Amino acid sequence: MATNKKKLSLKDKYQYLTRDMAWEPSYQSKKDIFPQEDFEGIKITDWDKWEDPFRLTMDAYWKYQAEKEKKLYAIFDAFAQNNGHQNISDARYVNALKLFLTGVSPLEYGAFQGYSRVGRQFSGAGARTACQMQAIDELRHVQTQIHAMSHYNKHFNGLHDFAHMHDRIWFLSVPKSFFDDARSAGPFEFLTAISFSFEYVLTNLLFVPFMSGAAYNGDMATVTFGFSAQSDEARHMTLGLEVIKFMLEQHEDNVPIIQHWIDKWFWRGYRLLSLVSMMMDYMLPNKVMSWKDAWEVYYEQNGGALFKDLERYGIRPPKYQDEANKGKEHISHQLWATFYQYCQATNFHTWIPSEEEMNWLSEQYPDTFDQYYRPRFEHWQALQEKGERFYNNTLPQLCQVCQVPALFTEPDDPTKLSHRSLEHEGERYHFCSDGCCDIFKYEPDKYIQAWLPVHQIYQGNCEGADVETVVTKYYHIDAGRDNFEYLGSPDHKRWQAIKGQKPDESQAAKPKNAA
Amino acid sequence: MSIEIKTTSVEPIRNTYSNIKRRFGDKPATRYQEASFDIEAVTNFHYKPLWDPEHMLNDPTRTCIRMADWHSVTDPRQFYYGAYVQNRAKMQEATEHSYSFCDKRGLITRLPEDLQETLLRFLVPLRHVELGANMNNSGVAGDCIAGTVTQMHIYQAMDRLGAGQYLSRIALIIDGGTGDALDRSKTYWMDDALWQPMRRLVEDTLVIKDWFELSLTQNLIIDGLMYPLMYEAFDQWLDEQGAADVSMLTEFMRDWSKETVRWVDAMVKTVMAENEANAVQLQAWVEHWEPRAYEALAPLADESMGRDALDTVRAQFATRLKKLGLTSQGVQA
Amino acid sequence: MSQLAFIVFQDNDNARYIVEAIAQDNPHAEVQHQPALIRIQAEKRLVINRATVEEKIGREWDVQEMLLDVISIGGNVDEDEDHFILEWKN
Repeated sequence: MATNKKKLSLKDKYQYLTRDMAWEPSYQSKKDIFPQEDFEGIKITDWDKWEDPFRLTMDAYWKYQAEKEKKLYAIFDAFAQNNGHQNISDARYVNALKLFLTGVSPLEYGAFQGYSRVGRQFSGAGARTACQMQAIDELRHVQTQIHAMSHYNKHFNGLHDFAHMHDRIWFLSVPKSFFDDARSAGPFEFLTAISFSFEYVLTNLLFVPFMSGAAYNGDMATVTFGFSAQSDEARHMTLGLEVIKFMLEQHEDNVPIIQHWIDKWFWRGYRLLSLVSMMMDYMLPNKVMSWKDAWEVYYEQNGGALFKDLERYGIRPPKYQDEANKGKEHISHQLWATFYQYCQATNFHTWIPSEEEMNWLSEQYPDTFDQYYRPRFEHWQALQEKGERFYNNTLPQLCQVCQVPALFTEPDDPTKLSHRSLEHEGERYHFCSDGCCDIFKYEPDKYIQAWLPVHQIYQGNCEGADVETVVTKYYHIDAGRDNFEYLGSPDHKRWQAIKGQKPDESQAAKPKNAA
Repeated sequence: MSIEIKTTSVEPIRNTYSNIKRRFGDKPATRYQEASFDIEAVTNFHYKPLWDPEHMLNDPTRTCIRMADWHSVTDPRQFYYGAYVQNRAKMQEATEHSYSFCDKRGLITRLPEDLQETLLRFLVPLRHVELGANMNNSGVAGDCIAGTVTQMHIYQAMDRLGAGQYLSRIALIIDGGTGDALDRSKTYWMDDALWQPMRRLVEDTLVIKDWFELSLTQNLIIDGLMYPLMYEAFDQWLDEQGAADVSMLTEFMRDWSKETVRWVDAMVKTVMAENEANAVQLQAWVEHWEPRAYEALAPLADESMGRDALDTVRAQFATRLKKLGLTSQGVQA
Repeated sequence: MSQLAFIVFQDNDNARYIVEAIAQDNPHAEVQHQPALIRIQAEKRLVINRATVEEKIGREWDVQEMLLDVISIGGNVDEDEDHFILEWKN
């Protein structure tokens, strides 16, 4: 069957192998087949203009992914067989993993569900295919994370009931509500939220420092799954940028809608990542870089280049970017100080940083740490040395939108707690910032539905009224093992046994001697 | 003394995650178990979906089928992602070998033109059916609940995309990589009377709202008739026409189908056994969709193998259904 | 304002050849070695050429093989059989 036509280019061939399998339906209406495509107000005039972010056919996908998985599981096996957990820098490090498994891994599963849905919903087959590939990748991520942590779970506390905890524990409503928010939005907002704002703009702040941190702290299993997952991330990031450009190019009416979403999801993501800031500055025994440095490299520098590029579409940087930039000096300290006080109700331990660590923080944060935060830690340390380790038994007020307890300060006054509130249909709602308050104002009907953990405890929906009952019965926190101060905890004692150190009860009050 | 401490510190303090222990007892778990059970959020959702305010996220009532716990539907292949892609990578390696062999040796292009056209008219348009199946399974993966069920559907979705791509490549072998043959094949799908009942059926499945009905219709009923007809009977018919080599290019689909039948049947069996209402509903869906699938395939059989081939396939499918506790009308069992 | 296009690889043997090729084709690029990773950044534009990588690696190399080792990227992507380009266009 000879023809005169030229052989297809890679790009055209890929289109034949993806979107050309789709067709213009005639027995059912497009509106019935793709019922979710219109309600957000995004106007798509021509799906043919969709640029495939990557050109991976399924055979290549299976081949490359299998190769990655083979390598990854070989390392997991070796790690377990050689008791690799004994080679980490210090058992305090494992608390970062506890935060990750309960806070992040369930989001990967939510991403899998979200991308499966939008991977069905777009009428553009090119976009559907890209989303479906991300869906199955996200499933990969949650499963490899569970498998990477499986060995740690056998040797440390706090990891054992991560999915149950994700649905219930107070601080985990921060990541959970973030993803519920994205998943409950329409398909275009979902992609703006997750593919663009999270994957493209912010995910480097989660994975790159986290994985470098794991590498610096001797955690081979996590480094390996992290980097292996990140190799999928390059595809996801490309999708994130392509989808934004596509929507912006399709119709000028899309610009203000997308700008609003960028403003919203930047702020939502920034608040979520405050948990990562504390992980980087306080939970890694061997520090890689400070949150502040990471923010400068991965947001200010990269984000600057990105938003300059998007100027040509009439997009400006996220509305509260300047506040976030100011916050880089503060949020990690504010978070850690809060978790220090409330670790009776968390599945991980907290502690006072050692003298050496505090000096590192002073160096990294010359304008803020000594002035605002060191005194607080030294005060608690003194109490702890007297055997009066401080726990706060007052339930905190949570922001109606991001659900972080009221702990952030005013952007220009680090001595003043930031608080906003407004009345909506006779009820008063509280917020941590203008950013969150704005988000509420735009969609009050959505955010009044929030499942706020503290309210729920007061309303008796958490199997008890006192903290201890809620923590043990409802959260499944194994009291005395999963929670409280690190020093003297079973994890700590076990680590001392591993390292052949004599467990010394008096150390429980002397963090300087830790590890 | 210090040696003793070291030994005990190597002993695990628990065998597996708590949720796995609650389900399977306090013993080491498989990777499939840890990666599949209870990993999905079940409670305390924050916001109702803007795209479906009648339901919550992960809402079990997106189907009318009721299960006390959807995790009782499990995968006999025990596929988690890593096991899945490694299995498929092996299959694709063999398939790749066949495709490049056929291409290099000109096994397809040396066929008479009318036989090549037959491939474009009867076989290659199945790529569109595969895309429909891809969309349906991705939709089910987004709507259904429980990790054991969701993951099987995303694997299925991606498999269908892959199968559609293999079918497309048959046309690219025929046209020497220009896309001409694919264009022509698509016109059969769009306009040829041969395909219209099937295209109508696929479009009708794209508007099924109940995800279990959709999975059943696609993965059990349509595939249950279409795969044996188009990849077994039609393959044999091609052989009789002198196109036996085409078989190398559809081996993936046959292997895949054999494997897939196992999880689909396991799922249907479990759902049937759960309660009477489920069994009644499944029977009703079979009665509605099985004749539709038969009618959609009838023109393809009539113009090639003859209706008998389809009736034989239908009878075999009735036997399969019977093992699952379902009956299909139209066949004297 | 400076606009850096960048690509980050896992620090492994595959990546070393690719990094070498990038450095050769992008004289303005800066290569940074960080714990477990290699970051290459350049003002505005960064090109990976299949031909150069093949020269370094001594065998046929598919641009998509890169997906095994990339950790992160910055810039608009333009990919075809012969190259992978990261670029800021504004």
